[in-house]
Amino acid sequence: MAFFLETLIGGLMAGMLYSLVALGFVLIYKASGVFNFAQGALVLFAALAMARFSEWLPGWTGIDSPILANIGAFVLAGLVMFAVAWIIERLVLRHLVNQEGATLLMVTLGIAYLLEGIGQGFFGNDIYKIDVGMPKEPVMVLENMFEGGILINKEDFIAALIAALLVGALTLFFQKTATGRALRAVADDHQAAQSIGIPLNRIWVIIWLVAGLVALVAGIIWGSKLGVQFSLATVALRALPVVILGGLTSVPGAIVGGLIIGVGEKLSEVYLGPYVGGGIEIWFAYMLALVFLLFRPQGLFGEKIIDRV
Amino acid sequence: MIYRENGQFKTSYAADQQIFPIAQDRWAVLAIVAFAFVGIPFLVDEYLFRAILIPFLILALAALGVNLLVGYCGQITLGAGAFMAVGAYAAYNFLIRIDGMPMLAAILLGGFVAAVVGIVFGIPSLRVRGLYLAMATLAAQFFWDWAFLRISWFTNNAPSGSVSVSNLELLGWSIDAPIEKYLFCLGLLALFALLAKNMTRSAMGRQWMAIRDMDVAAEVIGIRPMFAKLSAFAVSSFYLGVAGALWGFVHLGSWEPAAFSIDRSFQLLFMVIIGGMGSIMGSFFGAAFIVVLPIFLNQFLPWLGGLVGLHISTAGVSHAEFMIFGALIVFFLIVEPHGIARLWSTGKEKLRLWPFPH
Repeated sequence: MAFFLETLIGGLMAGMLYSLVALGFVLIYKASGVFNFAQGALVLFAALAMARFSEWLPGWTGIDSPILANIGAFVLAGLVMFAVAWIIERLVLRHLVNQEGATLLMVTLGIAYLLEGIGQGFFGNDIYKIDVGMPKEPVMVLENMFEGGILINKEDFIAALIAALLVGALTLFFQKTATGRALRAVADDHQAAQSIGIPLNRIWVIIWLVAGLVALVAGIIWGSKLGVQFSLATVALRALPVVILGGLTSVPGAIVGGLIIGVGEKLSEVYLGPYVGGGIEIWFAYMLALVFLLFRPQGLFGEKIIDRV
Repeated sequence: MIYRENGQFKTSYAADQQIFPIAQDRWAVLAIVAFAFVGIPFLVDEYLFRAILIPFLILALAALGVNLLVGYCGQITLGAGAFMAVGAYAAYNFLIRIDGMPMLAAILLGGFVAAVVGIVFGIPSLRVRGLYLAMATLAAQFFWDWAFLRISWFTNNAPSGSVSVSNLELLGWSIDAPIEKYLFCLGLLALFALLAKNMTRSAMGRQWMAIRDMDVAAEVIGIRPMFAKLSAFAVSSFYLGVAGALWGFVHLGSWEPAAFSIDRSFQLLFMVIIGGMGSIMGSFFGAAFIVVLPIFLNQFLPWLGGLVGLHISTAGVSHAEFMIFGALIVFFLIVEPHGIARLWSTGKEKLRLWPFPH
């Protein structure tokens, strides 16, 4: 029982991390109808920027305190993400209004290649580490309930907490602020939004910036866990089933989907994996999402698809 | 002046229905095919065969398969590499497990196995579409990546799924020199391209296009979506399977599952989109573009760096390759979202009026 709970909790926390990446997909899809394959590259790019700036800052400014260096690096990385968002809107998206979904998908794949190339060319292609002072050692909880207690990774716990906070903040931003309302209007109907005076171009910069910042947070958390390296870009592929499962247009869907996928992956790996040779994590999530799709083609929380002839 | 159909009258139904109704087109295509079969073997050295021509032919076949599904039937797939892998490993199994199995038969059987697998993974297309379907096809990709790595029966107990094939033979003709491999692939490609062209002009191809343009409307006028979609998946996977088997047998010789990874799937989709969706010709353009570009950049960048007195390291070249590749794709999609095939037909229209454009 304790082992099962431990796996379950591990899965839930991994799921929170997936939903962080998935959030980036959902944000951009909601506001522009673009399925952003470059989200993984954004995560890598942001993490690289963060890791390298925190390394370079003490040399540039003479700041000794690692906390200040980290904060400075975070701000700088945020600025870089803003520049990326602005350039993408300016040079790419602006020219592709009203194109088909497949074309836009391809464009984001092109952007992904570009970002990976620039990121590694500029920031370097070794393995870097991000140290924001996350506690590494695991803790035991509920020792009086189970024999030996349950092992929880403190780092995962904090990461999950940050993810939850971020989701809360984003929900507030979408529901309560004027900008958030404008974003939802654009997502609903580009033309109608434009006709009531919402500047489409600025909205897109904002949404890519928000997605970039989410990528930065995801990059810091994943990066301090695994180290910043090229494989970070493939995290996006792990997060895709989450998006399918939760629905492309739903922020809560990304969270719930992430939790389901995280738990499903861990449980399947532990209880099913040994029978078929292990390593099934990667496709099991997709199969799970596929089965869900057969019953709900628009995902768990996606908007109902209505066909008109 | 030179490209004009004036005076070419159609006097029979056969003339009306031919693939290239304009005589100049017909002769040009025949000339190109004849040149590919007869001329190129005398002109080209071994390196070009190995590095460019053979990969181009095989990937063009694969792109053709993807184009039938994505361009003609409108079902986006990101799992094309998986079906190539299925074709390659199925053909391998047929070849080594059955004594005296002819190589060509093994390759075609590999294609049929891929077709069956394609039908199975095409079933979700009956329920979901668009981006959700694209994600669903990723399931095929990851599943087969895993299966060929971990299930040792598929790979005849070879460690990490790396297998090899030697002694390619076709009716007593042993295919081992690059030039022979080239001719073998070219023959298959010509055959399958003709087949694909005719398929898209037949009832089946028209059903696919109706489904692509609006599936609900197609259903209303009496097209069975199940048959249309699954047949598109089957035919496309067959092409991919044959291409995969060729890639393994003829191009690589020995391969492992990584040869058919998700990067391959993206690459094939790039070919179709850059070449032109819904165009047989486009598949060839796209394949040529994607095959030649990295090789060109690889040769060209260090030279360019040397020109301005800059030494570019190998890692630098690979990063620059990434960047330029990505930038070119973005640029291309902005300038011509309908691909090279559209540029080609625009060019032909212009040529018809030339030199009096008004």
